[in-house]
Amino acid sequence: MAILTLLEAIRLGLREALAADERVFVFGEDVGARGGVFRVTEGLLGEFGPRRVIDAPIAESAIVGIALGAAAGGLRPVVEIQFADYVHPAGDQIINEVAKLRYRSHGTWGCPMVIRMPFGAGVHGGPYHSQSVEAQYFHVPGLKLVVPSTPRDARGLLRASIEDPDPVLFFEHKRAYRRIRGEVPEEPEVLPLGRAAVRRAGDRVTIVSYGAAVEEALRVAETLAAEEVGAEVIDLRTLVPLDLETVLASVRKTNRLVVYHEDTRRGGVGAEVAAAVAEAAFGDLDAPPCRVAPPDCHVPFAATLEAAYLPLAPELLAAVRQTIAY
Amino acid sequence: MADHSARPDDVTEALSAELLLSPAQVGLSGDDARELYRLMVLTRLVDERMWTLNRQGKAPFVTPVRGHEALQVASARALVVGLDWVVTYYRDWGVGLALGVTAYDCFLSLLGKRDDPFSGGRQLPGHLSVSRLRLLSPSSAVATQIPHAVGLALAAQLRGEQAIAVCYFGDGATSEGDFHESLNFAGIYRLPVVFVCENNRYAISVPLDRQMPTATVAERAAAYGFPGVRVDGNDPLAVYQAMREAVERARGGGGPTLLETLTYRLLPHSSDDDDRTYRDPAEVASWEAREPVGRYRRRLEALGLWTEADEVALWSSLRQQVADAAAAAEQAPDPPAADLLTHLYAES
Repeated sequence: MAILTLLEAIRLGLREALAADERVFVFGEDVGARGGVFRVTEGLLGEFGPRRVIDAPIAESAIVGIALGAAAGGLRPVVEIQFADYVHPAGDQIINEVAKLRYRSHGTWGCPMVIRMPFGAGVHGGPYHSQSVEAQYFHVPGLKLVVPSTPRDARGLLRASIEDPDPVLFFEHKRAYRRIRGEVPEEPEVLPLGRAAVRRAGDRVTIVSYGAAVEEALRVAETLAAEEVGAEVIDLRTLVPLDLETVLASVRKTNRLVVYHEDTRRGGVGAEVAAAVAEAAFGDLDAPPCRVAPPDCHVPFAATLEAAYLPLAPELLAAVRQTIAY
Repeated sequence: MADHSARPDDVTEALSAELLLSPAQVGLSGDDARELYRLMVLTRLVDERMWTLNRQGKAPFVTPVRGHEALQVASARALVVGLDWVVTYYRDWGVGLALGVTAYDCFLSLLGKRDDPFSGGRQLPGHLSVSRLRLLSPSSAVATQIPHAVGLALAAQLRGEQAIAVCYFGDGATSEGDFHESLNFAGIYRLPVVFVCENNRYAISVPLDRQMPTATVAERAAAYGFPGVRVDGNDPLAVYQAMREAVERARGGGGPTLLETLTYRLLPHSSDDDDRTYRDPAEVASWEAREPVGRYRRRLEALGLWTEADEVALWSSLRQQVADAAAAAEQAPDPPAADLLTHLYAES
């Protein structure tokens, strides 16, 4: 086992995929000599050369559209969108083209590609370097959505995403890139998509989360454990496919659900999980499903404003206590 | 407001003349030249039958070809079928027929039938998609297919294949960001791709001078560092010649070409459009007089490559073929409701 940061684990997954499959290429803005603005692709150009690591002009729609064509032509593009905030120009390509290609051609054409993007707030990035955009794509049929919270998952789920025959949006929390460290097996590992992980077992309340928010949830569970209150923390890992079975099994045990994420509240992943649990396990619930998420607001720059926007462990803890006390 | 009647336009003049090229001048045999004509007539008849089926209430939606036959058929005949990648837009029935799509396929698509080979009844008619022809499924969104062709060309270049990619789009698509972004990228990496603009002078109702400040589409290629070529799109031999040159340049490592084919859509944009609200009937009539099928027939006759007897025999045989194909498609099964959720993902 090696101890890697989330960022290093993603780079390891990319390097392994490039070495294992000559169809794989990395494509995006500044991914070559610069190694990406976050340095995720650092060293890859030198190791694999300019036919496998391709710098693109600043044109997100074309980057994704060209990747679709390359995928149809037999390659396996791994696109980097510099910030999730800048995926919006590519929204037409992702929603109208990438997501629909297989369906609209009745299975004749597939679109095996990965679109990686750093997302999330808490880095003083302001409204255009902090967005969480997963809910927008969560609604679109034909896509898969992956959000790793640990280095081991980041590497193993990235390998699975690159091998997947369908398009995968791979969200990397930028606050976690260098902060979250963890064990990663020496041997290559491909982890299946569509399975949530129980990060901590507990019997009083279920906290469902994903991405960097999982770390906050575990902190809350730690606090509650000191009070002998068992909080079960579920890391969704992939939003599509969504592993509702793991969530339902937990709620049937704890009878309480709190969904916690960094994306805004309205129409978010939390709304879907809460609704699905209410539909499938209403009789098991001892309290209303609760969502902990930022208000429906943009991400501001000033520290005081950003802190007011972003719920972290203290806000989550308060909501969990309320749910338990209901 | 701009006065588009005053814009400089050499092509209107060129189009009013009868055709001058001969097949031998563009490297085609007499048989090749007659085959071009057969495919143009087939396209015309399929198009007419589709329009009729729409007017009969049997087909909910049609995007007519009439006027575009020469450029679609002749450009496609300059490709290596099954090697070269082709990405079309929703008016390219003639491209498909020239590549090997059948009239029956077209009517299955028109009527949204189970065996529609392009989409199994999921797409609006005319969104051609056949993997063995390397014909990639397009959406209905304008210009989004242009980066797809560039990506196919990139894949061919990276894999060291001889294949090139061709992308078809209308003049309206040149206003989209994807047009600029794609041509820019293709120019940077000198990719083996030919961009074929079917300039029919209207983006639904908006005329050229309210779509672009330049006199031509072709001149915009200069901004991307590769040739832009303008050709009479109603002359199949001229289109074939220009396309051959562009294809050879792409295959030989010479990079992309923007080929502007000048034509005119003789029917409304779609079966839901009414072109009388934005076009002078006299203008339409003037282009009907220069429509490509009759114009090419007259040229073949003048060259001694076609006779009245050939004409009667061809139209009669193709009419029957098209009528049979349409009738068979009308009888074909609809997609079962149980098919709704298939192919959302690979495993489903």
